Amino acid sequence: MTREAVVEPVLPEGWELVVGCEVHCELATATKLFCGCRNGFGDEPNRNTCPVCLGLPGSLPVLNEAAVAFAMQLGRALGSTVRGSVFARKNYFYPDMPKDYQITQYDQPTNVDGFLELPTGARVTIERAHIEEDTGKSTHVGGSGRIHDASYSLVDYNRAGVPLVEIVSAPDIHTIDDAKAYVAELRAILVTIGVSDAKMEEGSMRVDANVSVRPAGSDELRTRCEVKNINSIRSLGRAIEYEARRHIDLYNSGQAPRQETRHWDEANGRSTSGRSKEDSEDYRYFEEPDLLPLDATADEIAAIDDAMPPLPAGRRRLLTDAGVDAASAVILVDRGHDHFAAETIRVGGEAALVARHLVHNLPDGPGEVDPAALAALVEMESTGALSSTQAKTVLAELAASGGEPSAVAAAHGFEAMDTGELEGILDDLIAAHPDEWTRFVEGDRKVQGFFVGQIMAATKGQADGKVVNQLMQARLAG
Amino acid sequence: MAERAIGLATAVRAGDRSARSVVESHLAVIAEREPDVHAFNLVLADRSLARADEIDAIVAAGGDPGPLAGVPIAVKDNTCMRGVPTTCSSKILGQWRPPYDATVVQRLHEAGAIAIGKTNLDEFAMGSSTENSAFGPTRNPLDLDLVPGGSSGGSAAAVAAGFAPLAIGSDTGGSIRQPAAFCGVVGMKPTYGAVSRYGLIAFASSLDQIGPFAADVADAAALFEVLAGHDPLDSTSIAEPAAQVSGVLDRGVEGLRVGVISELSGAGIDGIAADVQDRTRTAADALGAAGALVDEVSVPSTVFGLSAYYLIAPAEASSNLSRYDGGRYGLRVDGANNEAMNVASRSAGFGDEVKRRIMLGTYALSAGYYDAYYGKAQKVRTLIRDDFAAAYENHDVLLSPTAPTTAFPLGDRTADPMTMYVNDVCTIPSNLAGHPAISVPYGVGASGLPIGVQVLAPTRGEAVMFQVAAALERTMA
Repeated sequence: MTREAVVEPVLPEGWELVVGCEVHCELATATKLFCGCRNGFGDEPNRNTCPVCLGLPGSLPVLNEAAVAFAMQLGRALGSTVRGSVFARKNYFYPDMPKDYQITQYDQPTNVDGFLELPTGARVTIERAHIEEDTGKSTHVGGSGRIHDASYSLVDYNRAGVPLVEIVSAPDIHTIDDAKAYVAELRAILVTIGVSDAKMEEGSMRVDANVSVRPAGSDELRTRCEVKNINSIRSLGRAIEYEARRHIDLYNSGQAPRQETRHWDEANGRSTSGRSKEDSEDYRYFEEPDLLPLDATADEIAAIDDAMPPLPAGRRRLLTDAGVDAASAVILVDRGHDHFAAETIRVGGEAALVARHLVHNLPDGPGEVDPAALAALVEMESTGALSSTQAKTVLAELAASGGEPSAVAAAHGFEAMDTGELEGILDDLIAAHPDEWTRFVEGDRKVQGFFVGQIMAATKGQADGKVVNQLMQARLAG
Repeated sequence: MAERAIGLATAVRAGDRSARSVVESHLAVIAEREPDVHAFNLVLADRSLARADEIDAIVAAGGDPGPLAGVPIAVKDNTCMRGVPTTCSSKILGQWRPPYDATVVQRLHEAGAIAIGKTNLDEFAMGSSTENSAFGPTRNPLDLDLVPGGSSGGSAAAVAAGFAPLAIGSDTGGSIRQPAAFCGVVGMKPTYGAVSRYGLIAFASSLDQIGPFAADVADAAALFEVLAGHDPLDSTSIAEPAAQVSGVLDRGVEGLRVGVISELSGAGIDGIAADVQDRTRTAADALGAAGALVDEVSVPSTVFGLSAYYLIAPAEASSNLSRYDGGRYGLRVDGANNEAMNVASRSAGFGDEVKRRIMLGTYALSAGYYDAYYGKAQKVRTLIRDDFAAAYENHDVLLSPTAPTTAFPLGDRTADPMTMYVNDVCTIPSNLAGHPAISVPYGVGASGLPIGVQVLAPTRGEAVMFQVAAALERTMA
């Protein structure tokens, strides 16, 4: 998943968007949160179940320490305070929740007071990131595909008890692009630290958006709606835009939205009303008596910090500090090619050219090229020993088969034309096309391309376009 | 009451007596008296005979089947046994058969004990008379017109009637100790976490403990040693090895400091019957005569125990019993949609007392009421722990009656739940504190019915508790 470059949809003048996100991520542990069943996606339904994750009478949860370690790592990656925590029961009836309560964390979550830095430099406050168990997965057959008008429902409990972290942001997000960037950045962090595969399409990362609007310049928080069933970053943008416009339309017509959960309908590009706050349930949270409170010692936290891999924001900063432009840095870090880029720059590659080649010419990674070879190639290009077209050709071959850039260039017969040779060719062309040359001299810059093209044809592409341009400009000045 | 467990196991292990003959003789007693008593929801005759043959084969081959070899044991029917219907004496579970054994069931099996039947209880262990059973009440074997106490009334009655030398029950607010007192047997609630709850169908998770019933203290100690010990499947299980208690039974009480809890011995609470007060005082005197240093001690907050308990236990129960929704196992009554099916199944499947406690607990946890009810009850719990801690600063064990009265007639207290709840007033504080306590039969009251005296100890104080209980028992001899 790469970040999309899209044009920010503009909301009607005078309104500001207010968005907070609740993101559920499945942790990539081998086993479930409270039992030894496999935590896997796509297995035969109800294969990965036992008395504990089926909530059978008499069964008891035993906490998976790996899940706690993952959650604490995420907390630290989000700059959170990681602390002792207490599990709680959230009580409500639903057929995909075998105990009819969910074990989660309520008033004492593992991670509090974090933040996430977007590529733009903006910070989003993370209020909490807590551990909880996932539910089973219901498939409602008949009707609209939702439970209320289904003929029957099928439940797969393979997912029941899979460890989740729920990451709750403050309502700090004010543009659709930032909302999308927030989720993309969160995903990048999860993948970087290796605690989740964070695949929205497989449901291992699920985003609910709390959306409201307010008059621009105000700092009030108006009634929000929680939009669920968002299955991609693109959907997130569409859902937020739809919801914001719906709110604005309501306010403009003298009405107001009511606080409710809404269901995003991707196919029809709209959200539909779900539970309202008035009939929302009282979850009757209380401390989970089957589990002990959880410690987080200073030593544990220090060990997590010591083992923390470089995170996306820092990795981007490393590249921009080395001279890479911000947009390329985002792409390189998303693709995981930033380390290669930094290393190439460190051994002498010019930052802009290195970034350009990696972003545009090596989207799938460097292949057989090593940083020294790419640096050498970039050097040949910047000194004019290779044209950009030649450099691209050599690079493709290096990526496929490795080797030394100079040897590959020589094998292709790519040699830098000396300037004297190019001057001669230019003289011949001026002689052959006097009218065009006169137009060029009189300031018609469009014919410059004509001469460059002719020289390229005459040299079978071995001339460096940049050098040709310089020669022509020199004649004008002369 | 019939033979003792330790004697039977010794004979079976030595090959002097076959496990089959032990089981057969107990099945014969069951055949004779069970129709009157109704201690069991299910008698596992074939299964226990088959297991007896296995044990005899082990002995014949020179092996040791374990410390409880060949001893029949009655198992409260809220304890999961693989493939055997486990009902909690509720209609809601239908004929559900657990696909797994409770940890205690496995431990008993490994110790050579033979599960001879599943015993009746108040539905989901909610009650003090075993009258709240969907399958009809259990009667007190000492007088069939009386209740055996509850909720583990079936287990207490099974031991008292000689159906089995041993039984296990569960004790959330006194559900082992009070029926033990009513039936004239020994019943003990271990330290919270001493015995695994894995496979015990939860009533109130922070209070529930499985514990032993036996005809005497030594048998109870032997069974406790089999039941107790760390279980990785129960996160609240104590990590350290359980106390070994059999070795201390003969030590006597010379120099031990015994405090009679003034609030629970008549002075502080109305309704402690005069004969119960009298036997408790006699027990204290007897311990004093045996060399203990006996005095009265105040544990003031114990008087709030009943109120706190009837918020905490129903609150946890309201959550624990949510899973019985008709969806996956047990009783299902169809409805127009899922929610209607849930409501219909639960309405038909739960009895009145269970519904009453679900409602109480749901209310106590509701938004806006949590602090006033559940939150405050938890504070009382802390207070009780603190008061006990203060009392144990200069006492080794505490003493009180087990129940305020002797066994009462069936139907006597079913009309008013509060009169039933008061039964647990002396036993509840130990559950709230997580402490061990044991009820020892100590003679009879005015109407010739047994009276139990309770020995209480601090967390993991089972050894000194059993030591005093054994000494107390000897003063009766």
